Amino acid sequence: MKPFGYARPASTDEAVRLCAAGPGARFLGGGTNLVDLMKLGVETPRILIDVSGLPLDRVTRTADGGLSIGATVRNSDLASHPDVTEDYPALSQALLAGASGQLRNAATTGGNLLQRTRCRYFQDVSKPCNKRLPGSGCPALEGTHRDLAILGHSPECVATNPSDMAVALAALDATVLLVGPEGERAVPLTEFHRLPGENPDQDTVIRPGELITEVVLPPPVPGAASRYRKARDRASFAFALVSVAATLRVAAGRVEHATLAFGGVAHRPWRARRAEAELRDAPATPAAFQHALIAELAEARPLRDNAFKVDLARRLALDVLGELTERQQARTG
Amino acid sequence: MDSLALGADLEPEPVVDEHSTVTLFVNGEETTLTVDHRATVLETLRERFGLTGAKKGCDHGQCGACTVLVDGRRINSCLLLAVTQDGATVTTVEGLADGESLHPVQQAFVERDALQCGFCTPGQICSAVGMLREAADGHPSHVTPPDTETGPVALDADEIRERMSGNLCRCGAYPRIVEAIEDVIE
Repeated sequence: MKPFGYARPASTDEAVRLCAAGPGARFLGGGTNLVDLMKLGVETPRILIDVSGLPLDRVTRTADGGLSIGATVRNSDLASHPDVTEDYPALSQALLAGASGQLRNAATTGGNLLQRTRCRYFQDVSKPCNKRLPGSGCPALEGTHRDLAILGHSPECVATNPSDMAVALAALDATVLLVGPEGERAVPLTEFHRLPGENPDQDTVIRPGELITEVVLPPPVPGAASRYRKARDRASFAFALVSVAATLRVAAGRVEHATLAFGGVAHRPWRARRAEAELRDAPATPAAFQHALIAELAEARPLRDNAFKVDLARRLALDVLGELTERQQARTG
Repeated sequence: MDSLALGADLEPEPVVDEHSTVTLFVNGEETTLTVDHRATVLETLRERFGLTGAKKGCDHGQCGACTVLVDGRRINSCLLLAVTQDGATVTTVEGLADGESLHPVQQAFVERDALQCGFCTPGQICSAVGMLREAADGHPSHVTPPDTETGPVALDADEIRERMSGNLCRCGAYPRIVEAIEDVIE
């Protein structure tokens, strides 16, 4: 690890000011990904701005009945927060499906959103990688890519976003609040992470020196049920091959409201807008769900070794939509 | 000369302090020390405090052998920079016993022979202590049914295995580890 400076600001303003003071500054949250990448030589900050102690550790109801989640709230605390388990169960389920108990105790909300891909070429500085070293190439295209993208990738990068939490937040229409040298702004979660295109070194639309302060959820949709499910190579403590977050409200056998997002399939949480459009007012039947999912996944372009993910995504989502429909029907009789 | 001229054009490197002084409360004892910013809590415990219970296994947060309790919460000390922990209370496996009497989790591991080589054991034990507290505090896990009543979570073998998944045991002593933790719960 290269030597570096360290600062612990007392306010978000001071944090932003410190970060703008010189090149090579990085914000530090729980450190579960950044410190690891520093050990690997992927990240070489000159100074760490430790924001983990900022007063951004609260989960509070918003005036309209939504939920404000501070950027330094730990993943474990968020997963067990009563407002989350009761009103946004898919978010709690996503958090609990990620990492291990120890890591969830350290990882923060903001840090979770900014974690980097676990593509092995990105993490190995002896290998080319367009995300780590733009223009150096992408060995994953022809190499080990079983767990990489099937949607939205480019010839430059086939990495996947590794977050579980972000997939649930995408389905829940969350908004990310940022503060930077030019002030505050809000970005919808679904637009926060980007597709790789020609510059895969940019994971998100965050600007230099900007700090995540909050994630805000809209009020829960009345009468809707939500669920997060994850398929992985072992039962626990593994990244998703494919995951699904969904919210669904069914009335009189028809879909009144549906949101759907996939994880493990793209450079960002994949909000399935096409499937959602097909589902709107459709009968809540397996056949209609199949139709919508096939429409969504028609644009999948699997790589040599990950075509299985297309079927896995379809079947997992079908299962989740079926489960949510059953729960709705059980509730409404 | 060219290289000198080039050097003169470059901005001077800003002076960055690469060390800080922190106070840690380790196993009940207060210590103030100066740490290299690169030092993890794991390295500090092992090399500065002589507490070699917590182990450097993978050094990437994937094996759990370095698990200690920081302010009562289990955490991978290999990913925790010591400089960030000024004022923290750290409990390692060496600090769990009450005098000569072992912590109930330690005692259960001995009685169940819940280990083979023992390398992962300090991390397993610290993780179990933290995990039992989380369940008592009502934290759900990936396998807790969503409609479970709030309050302390009852831990069966599935719950224990899920909650302990951050601790690998290369010898495969998992069945005995689960039994040992079940003994503590009873």
